[in-house]
Amino acid sequence: MSHSDGDLEQFREQTRAWLEANCPPEMREPVRDDDDVFWGGRNATFKNDAQKAWFEACRDKGYTVPAWPKEYGGAGLTPPQAKVLREEMARINARSPLSSFGIWMLGPALLQFGTEEQKQRFLNEIARGEIRWCQGYSEPGSGSDLVSLQTFGEDKGDHWVVNGQKIWTSYADKADWIFCLVRTDKADKYRGITFMLFDMASQGVSTKPILLISGNSPFCETFFDDVSVPKSYGEGIPAQVGEVNRGWDVAKYLLGHEREMISGADGGERTAAIGAAMKRSVGELDPVLRAELAQFDVDALAYACMGEKFLDEVKVGKAHPAQPNMMKYAGTELNKRRHELMMAAGGSRALEWDSEETDGGKTARNWLRTKANSIEGGTSEVMLNVIAKRILELPGA
Amino acid sequence: MPLYYDDDQAMLADTASQFMGEEGAIGKQLRHWRDRNCKDGFGHGLWKQMAEMGFTGILLPEADGGLGMGHVEAGIVLEEIGRNLTPSPFLTSSVLAASALTEGSDDLRGRWLPGLIAGDSVFAVAIDEGGKHRPERIATRAEKSGNGFRLSGRKDFVVQGASADMLVVAARTSGSDSDADGITLFAVPKDASGMNHEAVRLVDSSMATHTSFDGVELDGDAVIGEVDGGRTILNAMLMAGRVGAAAEGVGVARGAMDMTVDYLKQRKQFGKLIGEFQALQHRAAHLYSEVEIARAAVVKAAQLLDSESERADLMASVAKAKVAKVAGLAVREGVQMHGGIGMTDEYDIGLFMKRERALQEFLGDQYYHAGRVAELNGY
Repeated sequence: MSHSDGDLEQFREQTRAWLEANCPPEMREPVRDDDDVFWGGRNATFKNDAQKAWFEACRDKGYTVPAWPKEYGGAGLTPPQAKVLREEMARINARSPLSSFGIWMLGPALLQFGTEEQKQRFLNEIARGEIRWCQGYSEPGSGSDLVSLQTFGEDKGDHWVVNGQKIWTSYADKADWIFCLVRTDKADKYRGITFMLFDMASQGVSTKPILLISGNSPFCETFFDDVSVPKSYGEGIPAQVGEVNRGWDVAKYLLGHEREMISGADGGERTAAIGAAMKRSVGELDPVLRAELAQFDVDALAYACMGEKFLDEVKVGKAHPAQPNMMKYAGTELNKRRHELMMAAGGSRALEWDSEETDGGKTARNWLRTKANSIEGGTSEVMLNVIAKRILELPGA
Repeated sequence: MPLYYDDDQAMLADTASQFMGEEGAIGKQLRHWRDRNCKDGFGHGLWKQMAEMGFTGILLPEADGGLGMGHVEAGIVLEEIGRNLTPSPFLTSSVLAASALTEGSDDLRGRWLPGLIAGDSVFAVAIDEGGKHRPERIATRAEKSGNGFRLSGRKDFVVQGASADMLVVAARTSGSDSDADGITLFAVPKDASGMNHEAVRLVDSSMATHTSFDGVELDGDAVIGEVDGGRTILNAMLMAGRVGAAAEGVGVARGAMDMTVDYLKQRKQFGKLIGEFQALQHRAAHLYSEVEIARAAVVKAAQLLDSESERADLMASVAKAKVAKVAGLAVREGVQMHGGIGMTDEYDIGLFMKRERALQEFLGDQYYHAGRVAELNGY
């Protein structure tokens, strides 16, 4: 669908008015704490009325997932309209009404590979914030070499019995359901994996948070001990996405979305603020640090353009299918640099681990957290391998 | 506006790519003129052909006989010029001087634009004074004299200055050297008495001049825009030129990268194609990533210029700085990965290194523009 400029301008005005009427002032403040982010789910609680009102307004308008079709809980916006909404939300610093691995990861996989009934059920639950998902990919022995995964699902006729262990499962301890890569054929490495959906409350599922160098525990170890997974959740709703044993196709597709998400491609131009803030706090900047900051700003502002271009191209199918790997590589390396500079800018104050003035050591903890960016979802080295092979088509890569 | 080319722009890119790939190719232009020690450093025949394609007037309004296109389109042509290292007066004449002349009087436009559009005229811009681009400081002075002005001073790095039929000269008509105000732009014809060129060949075989103005008499018609009001026109011209130079730089980076990646797929050592070695794969992949980012920054900056956005100035410097970093990386990696033959004159990769160096310096290098980014961001 194409729009005349007039249509889009009209949409922009409507959107601006709608945001003005529905986005409470508190939801235009930067996110400060974990509970400023609303994740939804069976056990979700709202931090305050503003968060609840903002979420419900977006949910009812389809703006938790604006580009999804209306029948699955979205607003059915066209790519140019979705971009206008993004721009208008960014303009007023509106927070995301709902954060969810269902929106970022499982949803796109279901839209691509799911049955109509799977979409009707799961996409609507995701859009309405009723279910919180986690992702079961990595295992202790399968990190960068993900396809070597060992968690096994034994075929018992009308159900699978799953045994094994996942690691780095984000928020597994808070999730309602998991989308999980399970080996269902030991003879075929690539065509022996099934992309399964099951309830984290199932008998035999347990989780154990992993304490990270940041002092936080966003990731878990997840154990499956004779977990019974029914093969069907009703008419047209199999437990797996795509075909049995063909889950690697889904996994690869979804990794693209994960990499896109980690890349911060949609981060816009939330940058270039470190230098000015630091000058305000310490006065004259060390000239060498100023030069570093300037070089960083050049790279960050250029990367923001790339993020915009990439998203524009994705929307119309112009992006190279392996381009998310490039975005992930560049975006995460940049984010690590940003936090190195924030530590330098913060000086000894940034070293404080739990003082009130630092919001509980936020600068230091975030700095440490970002070191995972170039590891999770595929390391920078794996990203470079993929670029070399699939984009540059170098031999033997 | 999406950050990819629309159908018309994609078509222009195809046309420009084919034209520069054939007519502007390294063997046909750069090496041809270099090896003949050409005093212009480019071929007038190609310039005439570019006029036939409409490229010479690409940025000029249709009312002036141009194509009325924008900086995205000019950037498309420049990227192909960069990929082929095509020597031409396009950037100085059709982007920089044209940008200034569009602010000129009907008389000025009528005098100079038809020749540009026809590919008969070549223009240069005289801005820099000294070895580095510092347009904030302009000491060349134009004193009132009768109905006109007397121009005195010296300009450096005037690209194609000796070949130019007209030079756009930034001079001071009031105030002191570092004042923002008090600048006036003049269109100085090549036969102006008292203007002397010391022509120099640069590392990339392009030609430039140190140009001195020794009481050059100009009549009032030579003023572009308003007396003392030239800074605005100068800034707009610099923005256009920087984004244009960045677009050409992206082309240089892509040209060098493509050559190098091809070489990795051909050269064998230790019984293997060298492109099989992960040490080289990762460096090539990093380079690809950087070139993509630089390219996006250039298209964005061009779009912002075309929409007259307030952010255009910042993003022009971001684009120029980013491209300088990335094109520099591309040519250094290119020569290194080619190994010994990368050091020979016979192979083209070294020509990319030379062109990148000159282009990096033109209208401000990466350090100058990173510094501007810091200033514009408030630190």
